[in-house]
Amino acid sequence: MKPVEGNHPPIRLLLIDDERGFVATLSKRLAKRNVKATQAFSGREGIQILRKADFDVVLLDLKMEDMDGLEVLKIIKIMIPDLPVIMLSGHASEETAHNGMRAGAYDYLTKPYDIQELIDKIASATKSDDE
Amino acid sequence: MKKQMYNSLRLKIIGLTLVVSITPLVLLGMAIYYRFARAHEARIEDQVRHLAESQSYAVDFFLRERISLLAMLADTHGFEKLSQPAALSELFETMNRRSEMLGLIDLGVIDCNGQHTAYVGPYDLKGRDYSNEPWFAEVMAKGKYISDVYMGFRRFPHFIIAVRARNGPQHWILRATTDSDVFNRLVKTAQSGRLGDAFIVNTEGIYQTAPRFQGKILGQSHIDPKNFSHGSTFVERRSKRGATDYFAGDWLNNDKWLMVIRQELRGQTDGLAKTRNTEIMIISLGILAIIMTTIFIAHSVVTHLEETAREMDKLNAQLIQSDKLAALGKMAAGIAHEINNPLAVIGEKAGWMKDLLLEEEFQNSPHLEEYATSLLKIESHVERARKITHNMLGFARRMEPHLDDVDIHQILDQTIELLDNHARINGIKIRKHYHSGVQIIASDQSQMQQVFLNLISNAIDAIESNGLIDVTTQQKNGTIVIRIQDDGPGIPKDQQHRIFDPFFSTKATGRGTGLGLSISYSIVEKLGGTITFESEPGKGTTFIVSLPAVAPEKK
Ligand SMILES: Nc1ncnc2c1ncn2[C@@H]1O[C@H](COP(=O)(O)OP(=O)(O)O)[C@@H](O)[C@H]1O
Repeated sequence: MKPVEGNHPPIRLLLIDDERGFVATLSKRLAKRNVKATQAFSGREGIQILRKADFDVVLLDLKMEDMDGLEVLKIIKIMIPDLPVIMLSGHASEETAHNGMRAGAYDYLTKPYDIQELIDKIASATKSDDE
Repeated sequence: MKKQMYNSLRLKIIGLTLVVSITPLVLLGMAIYYRFARAHEARIEDQVRHLAESQSYAVDFFLRERISLLAMLADTHGFEKLSQPAALSELFETMNRRSEMLGLIDLGVIDCNGQHTAYVGPYDLKGRDYSNEPWFAEVMAKGKYISDVYMGFRRFPHFIIAVRARNGPQHWILRATTDSDVFNRLVKTAQSGRLGDAFIVNTEGIYQTAPRFQGKILGQSHIDPKNFSHGSTFVERRSKRGATDYFAGDWLNNDKWLMVIRQELRGQTDGLAKTRNTEIMIISLGILAIIMTTIFIAHSVVTHLEETAREMDKLNAQLIQSDKLAALGKMAAGIAHEINNPLAVIGEKAGWMKDLLLEEEFQNSPHLEEYATSLLKIESHVERARKITHNMLGFARRMEPHLDDVDIHQILDQTIELLDNHARINGIKIRKHYHSGVQIIASDQSQMQQVFLNLISNAIDAIESNGLIDVTTQQKNGTIVIRIQDDGPGIPKDQQHRIFDPFFSTKATGRGTGLGLSISYSIVEKLGGTITFESEPGKGTTFIVSLPAVAPEKK
């Protein structure tokens, strides 16, 4: 297990996904890797949380019941343009991914994925954010 | 049924165009011909009228000349002298000697009582009494007289000219008989052309001179003199059997004789007929040209239409097909997505468990090893499932047929990956021999994948179990060659010519449709390539797909 960065304060991550079992487990696994995940189970909830607290990175599922992930992404990009957003998708469609990238996403990952891949992307997203 | 529609369309176009273009042409032609014919008729009418006028003038002149001559003789010689036969005969001889064309046959002197006192001529008429003849009264009253032609005592057609002269208080008459021949000849000089006629009729329509056709002197003519007004030249037209007769009639000065000129249009109208024929020929040529052009245009328009419709049909069929594929693709994508989510949860859970295993309490568990391997198994199977769904998604994405940048190796990889599991279970190994020089080409991803899927699964089916499939790629001279070689039973010689036929299958019902190779064949053909095979029964089969290495367009 490789935490993100030694003894730095944990990375604050907002996880927006309506798959509850997935969100819960992923949060626990991220916690073990020095990433503090705040859970949001819908696009709306995620946006509300974003209003109240600061985050270093957002992990956003592209397909949710209440709102299209792309819409959420656009709103986030308007609210906090600098906040890196990594998209998660069960949809391997490159087109969707391209649309996300065009809308300002930092990167994308298709489900299921390897945890290390995710950690690497989070690390690079926050690092480039720091700079 | 469609053929019929196009044929009727073709006929409609031809019919309409012909009617619209030929009708005015024919009407115009007719109008021109009519005008021309009218002008021609008018000219002929003018001609006959003119002829009648001048001829009647000539005849009048002839008669007047003779009347003047008689009158002059009567006045200069006097009754006393002329009533002596010897003197009369001498005068007659001198007269005829001087002019042969005078046309006078005899000469007679009649006194105021109608007694033929002197006569010179071939007949024995001396001493006849004319006092009761109607002309005697007339000449006595009017001073001059010209009779109708009649047979008279002389038994041949003639007419007489008589003038009254004065002998003191007494009147006497000098009378001459006119030679019909000379007179006839004069009248006939106006006969023109092959069919023209000139004659004189009296007020009853009796021929006074011999007509050229239809009738004899003193016979009844077809002319009704009442139709011809006095004082002007009238032209009567009579048409029968395509020919028109023109009768121009001009009354002579005596108002008793009508000079008639007859002209038949047919005879003199070679010019008109020629003009008409030329016109008919020109118009016919025009019509022929119009008909040909119309047929040609209608034909090409309808053919073009037919082709367009056929292309539309084809396009529609393709659209329906691609609609179907798109729907299928959407469904596949939906399913893949639905499976991916639970897969992600499973992967996550397994990952969490792996994380937990690192904690101290588990490190000491006697079953740690087993847990760890089980979790690895779960993860590897999640990975396998993920690959399948990703392939499905990739496949779905490529359902829409269009030319895109195709990496043959990538398609082969994906296809093989889809089939690898099935092959492995049956102990079949698929080996790849890729040539690095194979370029990216412009082609249809999903269709190419379908072709390879068909060929490789056929190979797997043929081998059944335990065997080798070699997938080889090559590129040379602008052609990419993909060989799929199996070591299966091969194709029996007597079946080799049939395997590309639709519905030809040797597989059990429900397992083979017999469509795979025929579809592959048409796909490859459509993409500009070829598909062939080499097969040796007992040794195996190789399918060879050749594709043109068409570079994709720069975007
Ligand atoms: N690699 C091969 N080896 C031997 N026979 C083959 C091979 N590929 C095709 N065939 C023969 O060609 C037939 C037609 O194939 P295909 O058109 O793909 O229909 P299907 O696979 O549904 O039977 C097969 O039934 C089989 O007999």
